[in-house]
Amino acid sequence: MQRAQPRAMRLPEWICMDRGKVITVSELNRRIKTSLEDVYVDIWVEAEISNLRVPASGHCYLTLKDPSSQLRAVMFRYARSRLRFIPQDGMQVVCRGSINVYEPRGEYQLVIERMEPCGAGALQMAFEQLKNRLAAEGLFDEERKQPLPFLPRRICVITSPTGAAVRDILHVLTRRFPGLHISVLPVAVQGENAAQEIAAAIDDANAHAVADVLIVGRGGGSLEDLWAFNEECVARAICRSAIPVISAVGHEIDFTIADFAADMRAPTPSAAAELAVREKGDLVRTVRNLSMALSRRLAQRMRVEKAALCSAAGRLVRCARMVADAQIACGDAHQRLLACLPRLCALRRAAARTARQRLLTLSPRQRIAAHRAAAGFLQVALGRNMTVALARTRARVRGELARLSALNPAAVLARGFCIARMQTTGRVVRSSSEVSAGERLRITLHEGSADCIIETVHG
Amino acid sequence: MGEKKFENALKELEQIVEQLEDSELPLDDALKLFEKGIKLSQFCSARLDDAEQKVELLIKDAGGSLRPVAFDESDEEHGD
Repeated sequence: MQRAQPRAMRLPEWICMDRGKVITVSELNRRIKTSLEDVYVDIWVEAEISNLRVPASGHCYLTLKDPSSQLRAVMFRYARSRLRFIPQDGMQVVCRGSINVYEPRGEYQLVIERMEPCGAGALQMAFEQLKNRLAAEGLFDEERKQPLPFLPRRICVITSPTGAAVRDILHVLTRRFPGLHISVLPVAVQGENAAQEIAAAIDDANAHAVADVLIVGRGGGSLEDLWAFNEECVARAICRSAIPVISAVGHEIDFTIADFAADMRAPTPSAAAELAVREKGDLVRTVRNLSMALSRRLAQRMRVEKAALCSAAGRLVRCARMVADAQIACGDAHQRLLACLPRLCALRRAAARTARQRLLTLSPRQRIAAHRAAAGFLQVALGRNMTVALARTRARVRGELARLSALNPAAVLARGFCIARMQTTGRVVRSSSEVSAGERLRITLHEGSADCIIETVHG
Repeated sequence: MGEKKFENALKELEQIVEQLEDSELPLDDALKLFEKGIKLSQFCSARLDDAEQKVELLIKDAGGSLRPVAFDESDEEHGD
């Protein structure tokens, strides 16, 4: 699938000229480089990708091959960044580029400027790849979605200023809400730079805070026509936007990456305008109805309060009357009370008197006198009984004393008996066996005593 | 932001109308609510009326700022 033919098919002149001349490798490579790079410029090659690798430099190195041959190729970072899909080994692609010869190694390769997936569904594949990648990054998460303003003051439309879309949007906006401040940021919506322009416009709208809500979109077209809205830079600009974004691309059935990234997807540009702003008439009616309801409620409340007030006033009058009645009754009772007082006092006084009488009769004084008399009588009896008992006891003591004196040894001595004691020991001698002749005894007599010497002892 | 205030004012106004239905509400509070409701409804009406219709095209100038120019209907016609 070579769309550009090599420019020169005949042999370069120098090959004829220098035949037979010896040259260096450098010289040869330089000449090959010149001839190849002059000839193989801006060519299209269809091939299968293999050995694809992307080192840290960001450049992409790969081999392009068909069943019988292969070609080294490189895609520099700038070109790679414009790819709408991610190339992979085994993928069938069409590459556009130029041959480059690397002199120091005597190698040549294709420097790829553009690459497209081959065959039907190529764009669809690019779409799916980008969608999956951005979704995995969380760019389409519901939590990221910003709510649309309830009543925007300013709306900015980012689209082509000449399309049907902008007319539809302006028409619906001004019909729904006369008095809006609408600005249009003109961009190309298809073609080479469309995506970059759209992304830049979204950033500009934010940088200059031109609106409360953005509508980004265009009218219907082919998948290729709508492609700018499937570009990553547009999706990222939408996600970056602090101003809520409504996407409005093509028709109901067209879904773009921008739609997934937007805070709100509108099926058509007109629908976007309807989502962006409410019917002013509805809002005016709502406010008027609320305002009327407010007054009605208050009036009703006042009526209720007034009725309550009247009823309360009536009750107040009745109460005053009741108070007057009570006052009269009270005065009357007071009078009756005063009249009753003297009689009441007399009654109480008589009762008191009776009580005192009863109290006197119950006085303990008489009982005290009676007890005192009994005590006197008992005292006299006690004295008498004591004298008798004393005399009786005294007589008994005298008897006992007489009996006692009969037993006194002194009394025995008086009757003529005597007591003999050993002079040495003082021991009473009761038997002749206790003494011997010559021993001294002291004889105790009734009156006085005598010391004796034993002459003879008789058994 | 203005539109947030409008939405809140409208919501508050709705709540006040609802609250005023409650006969248990002390009259003093009812009167205060009514006053507030009137202010809110005036605010909402004013907000709906105050905008001035304007349609403009924003052209980025060399300095990077956006310059508004009138968006002419005829311009869009011949471009289509």
